[in-house]
Amino acid sequence: MFSSMCDGCLMRCLILAAVAMVACADEPVVAEWGLGRPISADEIKPWDIDVRPDGVGLPEGSGTAEAGEAIFQTKCASCHGEFGEGVGRFPPLVWDGTPLTADRPRKTVGNFWPYATTLWDYIYRAMPFGNAQSLTSDEVYALVAYVLAMNDLLDEDTVVDAKTLPKIEMPNREGFIRDTGPDIHASRCMQNCVQEVRIISRASQHRSVDSGE
Amino acid sequence: MRDDKDTKNSGDKLSRLVFDRRRFLGSGLLGGLAALAGGRRAEADGLSTSQLVVPPWSHRPGPGVATRAYGQPSPYEKSVIRRFLPWIRPTREASVSFTPLQDLHGIITPNGLFFERHHAGTPEIDPQQHRLVIHGMVEQPLVFRVDELMRFPSVSRIHFIECAGNGAMEQHGAMHNALQFTHGMLSCAEWTGVPLRYLLREAGIRKGARWLLAEGADAAGLARSFPIEKAMDDALIVYAQNGEPLRPEQGYPLRLLLPGWEGVANVKWLRRLEVGDRPWETREETATYTDLLPSGKARQFTFVQEAKSVITSPCPERPMPGRGRFMVEGLAWSGAGRIKAVDVSFDGGRNWRSARLKGLVLDKALTRFEIEWNWQGGQALLQSRAIDETGYVQPTLGQLRAVRGMNSMYHNNAIQTWLIHPSGEVENVQLDV
Repeated sequence: MFSSMCDGCLMRCLILAAVAMVACADEPVVAEWGLGRPISADEIKPWDIDVRPDGVGLPEGSGTAEAGEAIFQTKCASCHGEFGEGVGRFPPLVWDGTPLTADRPRKTVGNFWPYATTLWDYIYRAMPFGNAQSLTSDEVYALVAYVLAMNDLLDEDTVVDAKTLPKIEMPNREGFIRDTGPDIHASRCMQNCVQEVRIISRASQHRSVDSGE
Repeated sequence: MRDDKDTKNSGDKLSRLVFDRRRFLGSGLLGGLAALAGGRRAEADGLSTSQLVVPPWSHRPGPGVATRAYGQPSPYEKSVIRRFLPWIRPTREASVSFTPLQDLHGIITPNGLFFERHHAGTPEIDPQQHRLVIHGMVEQPLVFRVDELMRFPSVSRIHFIECAGNGAMEQHGAMHNALQFTHGMLSCAEWTGVPLRYLLREAGIRKGARWLLAEGADAAGLARSFPIEKAMDDALIVYAQNGEPLRPEQGYPLRLLLPGWEGVANVKWLRRLEVGDRPWETREETATYTDLLPSGKARQFTFVQEAKSVITSPCPERPMPGRGRFMVEGLAWSGAGRIKAVDVSFDGGRNWRSARLKGLVLDKALTRFEIEWNWQGGQALLQSRAIDETGYVQPTLGQLRAVRGMNSMYHNNAIQTWLIHPSGEVENVQLDV
């Protein structure tokens, strides 16, 4: 295909086209380099950790909120709080009841995350902060169940596994719109574009916090 | 711009002032007063003797070659550094540092000043142990060593990277009186690597493939989905930055580069690409990096960093040096292509004049602009407005808020206003339009 990056390659392409009748594109003459080693699914397994909303990628194992509580209090509460309320600037996990239309709403698992499977994916790949990719599948299922239960989205004894997790309907499932291009359409006025302008906010009225270099 | 009053003309050590904003501004004010006389300034160079002096460095040789095996900037430039704000994030490992745009020239960001945004710190990766896996909907899953990737034909391209959160802190009101903090999650480098489509051709894409997942080897395992069209267009697997191996903070030994797209999608420390038929809906593309609208719905997969610009001189850190002629300078960029034009207003957007684009004007790269100004010491409201080759016009903050409200946070590309005080000081302000 023709690439928009094809700066100054036209002459090279023309020459190539004349000589070898090859397609004119910003591509090397060799199409396949034979580099890279074939790798099996089993070899990839320790890195193949992603989980999709349809459940693809979820491993064997299971857990309940009841089992998750002890793990949460040991491995998660120091940052996320005993009740998932968040400590300091670490993120809260539980919705505080304010709607997403409020000013600066709290965006949490309970009111914002569209898929429960994303919890599994994220907890395994990134948590606990400081020892990521260390939890067992059962521990992750239990923690997912516990976080969902803290948000009143699951009973304490409901078993979460690869079959049930994708079926959990999150409250904000329909809360997202795909970007389809520019949403703001400004025009390029040059003269007398506005009658009057007023300053409505000044950085000097904020305490400018200096760096911690 | 620097205060040289403490410079001794004898053989004494120089005791230059390091960056201190209050003293810096103070000297700016004195300069302004001196300039009231108009015309050329007799004592403008700060030397206190009637004749030029021959300084010690003109007598004795300095250190020999390779005294610093890897070169460092002049010790007098120690204020030209990345800075961070300890209070905006819970830990330094999941934080951001800002590029000192106020101190830079041209369009290339030096590697040591490139902004940082990490979700779990900077991993120290041994390139011998690092691998890139390509699997999923491909004919043959492959694993590459870093040196193998360097055997492919390489390309070098100059592109900016801007964090989707650049300017997010300004959405509720003018916050930082510093260009470094209002716009510094922005840098530009020459990247060298292999086009991703070459690698995908090696593996063979299966029918029905639509999306890819890119995943980092850091302790955040940062993962983002992106459409296959970008992979087959200008996406690069990058191993070098401004001529040298990638810096650890920028993804050493490998990063994904999706030119013009929000910073987070340019996954650093890249270890795995999975080909699939739909997005993965990871945390970093649902819970974060989505723009919450007044309706309560959130815009998702807002990849393109739309046209934006900012005046870098003057700015809060670089006040007006005095009355008279002054070259207003700034940066413009667009994730949708080349910058076509930049307009500058001195009256808060009532009237605009076209600025000159200077130097290289490249696709999805920082572009410099300049416009001459004869400042007579009055209050002024400086703004710049970028227009890219698609015809897109950078919006005012009012226009942005009218569509996205106050809580969209990410992708704030609104016009920046600098208030020039009669003293020459420059303040970050916001207007009602």
